[in-house]
Amino acid sequence: MRAIFSLLVIAVILIALPAMVGNEFYVNLASQVLIYALLAMSLNILVGLGGMVSLGHAAYLGVAAYTDAWLVTNAGVDTLSAAFLAIAVTTAMAALFGLLALRAAGLGFVMITLALAQILWGLGYRWADLTGGDNGIRLASRPVPFGIDLASPTHFYYFALVICSLAFVCLWRLAYSPFGASLRGARDQPRRMRMLGHHVWMVRWIAFIMAGFWGSIAGLLFIYYNQFIHPHSLSLQQSAEALLMVILGGANTFLGPIVGALIITLVKNVASSYVDRWNSLLGLIFVVVVLFMPQGIVPGLKFRWTQFTRRGRKVFVAAPAPPSP
Amino acid sequence: MQFWLIQTLNSVAFGGLLFLLSSGFSLIFGLMRIPNLAHGAVFMLGAYFGATFIELGINFWIAALLSGLGVGVLGLLLERLILRRLAGNEQGQVLVTLGISFIVADVCLMVWTGDPIPLPAPAALRAPIFVAGFAFPTYRLAVLAVALVIAAGLYLLIERTRLGAMIRAGVDDMEMARGVGIPISKLYMLVFLLGTALAGIGGTLGGPILNADPGLDSQMLPLALVVVILGGIGSLVGALVGSLIVGFLYNFGTALVPDLAYFVLFFPMVLVLVLMPQGLFGRVPQ
Repeated sequence: MRAIFSLLVIAVILIALPAMVGNEFYVNLASQVLIYALLAMSLNILVGLGGMVSLGHAAYLGVAAYTDAWLVTNAGVDTLSAAFLAIAVTTAMAALFGLLALRAAGLGFVMITLALAQILWGLGYRWADLTGGDNGIRLASRPVPFGIDLASPTHFYYFALVICSLAFVCLWRLAYSPFGASLRGARDQPRRMRMLGHHVWMVRWIAFIMAGFWGSIAGLLFIYYNQFIHPHSLSLQQSAEALLMVILGGANTFLGPIVGALIITLVKNVASSYVDRWNSLLGLIFVVVVLFMPQGIVPGLKFRWTQFTRRGRKVFVAAPAPPSP
Repeated sequence: MQFWLIQTLNSVAFGGLLFLLSSGFSLIFGLMRIPNLAHGAVFMLGAYFGATFIELGINFWIAALLSGLGVGVLGLLLERLILRRLAGNEQGQVLVTLGISFIVADVCLMVWTGDPIPLPAPAALRAPIFVAGFAFPTYRLAVLAVALVIAAGLYLLIERTRLGAMIRAGVDDMEMARGVGIPISKLYMLVFLLGTALAGIGGTLGGPILNADPGLDSQMLPLALVVVILGGIGSLVGALVGSLIVGFLYNFGTALVPDLAYFVLFFPMVLVLVLMPQGLFGRVPQ
């Protein structure tokens, strides 16, 4: 009941946001947060539910954005077909990359996803005939679905909000579906899952493809918002930012990635108006989070909240795991 | 004919550079299970250190050694102060080294600006050698020779000395190695120092070929990853063979189809992953 109430409050705030802040700058900032929240949520299918750390998630955002921009700008395809084609191409690529990355587990998986994404980044820079190289590709205008012109920041915000809410509901259902349960099972007890007759590899592969699919939706929002795509969006830095959002917020929670996306996007925008050392700051946040907040912010706050509401009662805290020798 | 000969030599020399980069990466990964994602940044730092030392008038080879030493000490600090606190937390180690690489890259950008700094090759090696009527760039031959000497040295160190036996024991079964009294903690420090120092030396030696510029880290890191994926984790021979393969592919790729140079790396990687996911010479089962 309380959860539903909180959700309602959040929904009202989100809907009223453009009217509340008034300023276009903040509405645009909110749209960016939504786009990155979707990207982080899609990555969290792998990292949180599946326990597979991917360092190449920018690939899906970038490829979807590039495909869409290229189709519309260079091939003259209409907006809707281009969007569907971009999603299809990106999801197919995720299926292929998943086949490769799932040849290894753990650190091998990290390295393969990273290498694959870096190869795409190299292509983005070098294959100038296709991608425009360092010039990127420009999208002439934002689409006009059902006669609503997304060029207005407020319209775009609501468009992104609708898409992200849809994604939120789908991913929520996914997380608590039997499939989500078997994905968590594959994360925690792959052997037992195999014993119980689950096809662990297949479960992981499907999760990989789903992550790619939702990543491509984030990519479409990204290209509509920026109307521009550059190899930077395929870079390791972009993948790392997405992963940082997930880890910072808390990978094992559903809301964590959204909170992470909110914080990172805000910090990035605020920081970049004061200092131009965003990369150092990003690296520093990485180090600090891993060293001092390995579970992320949401579980940390939850813990504090439980402590606060149960004041007086004794709270048993699990001892930190002894450092392995 | 000249083109092919020169490109072959360039490929082998580039493979030598890649070996300096990836052998350290592979050693660290093999022994400590840490994929040091800061390795590309370390290589770049080595190039910048080298450029600065040479500017100060220090002899090229001594500059290479010094920058290897400097970078190695930084690596040692990284291991002692940060990675040690995350022992057993693989995911945390990956993320921390990634964070460090961003910081290093950004600091490099701040200190040495975004303009590429060309490193001059040693004066004695600038004139090409003529063999059978073909001109060979002497410096690249020298890089190759240095890489081969280091490869041989590493091989002897790992396979023929007591220290190497300890490292191999640590790679194969760390708990047992510790159990029989091998000082794993000291080995970690040593291997991290050695691995990062090799990358630092590689950075300076690569300077006259690649220039020291801000994109160097993200250019080299994927190459090191592909080398290790191809050759197998923790294997010195694998790192050498992988480096040569990647050196050839990348160099010929850049010369023949510059647009697709990275893409050329994709197929051997796919092939190896599909047929033998542990890599060509991988010993550690994944």
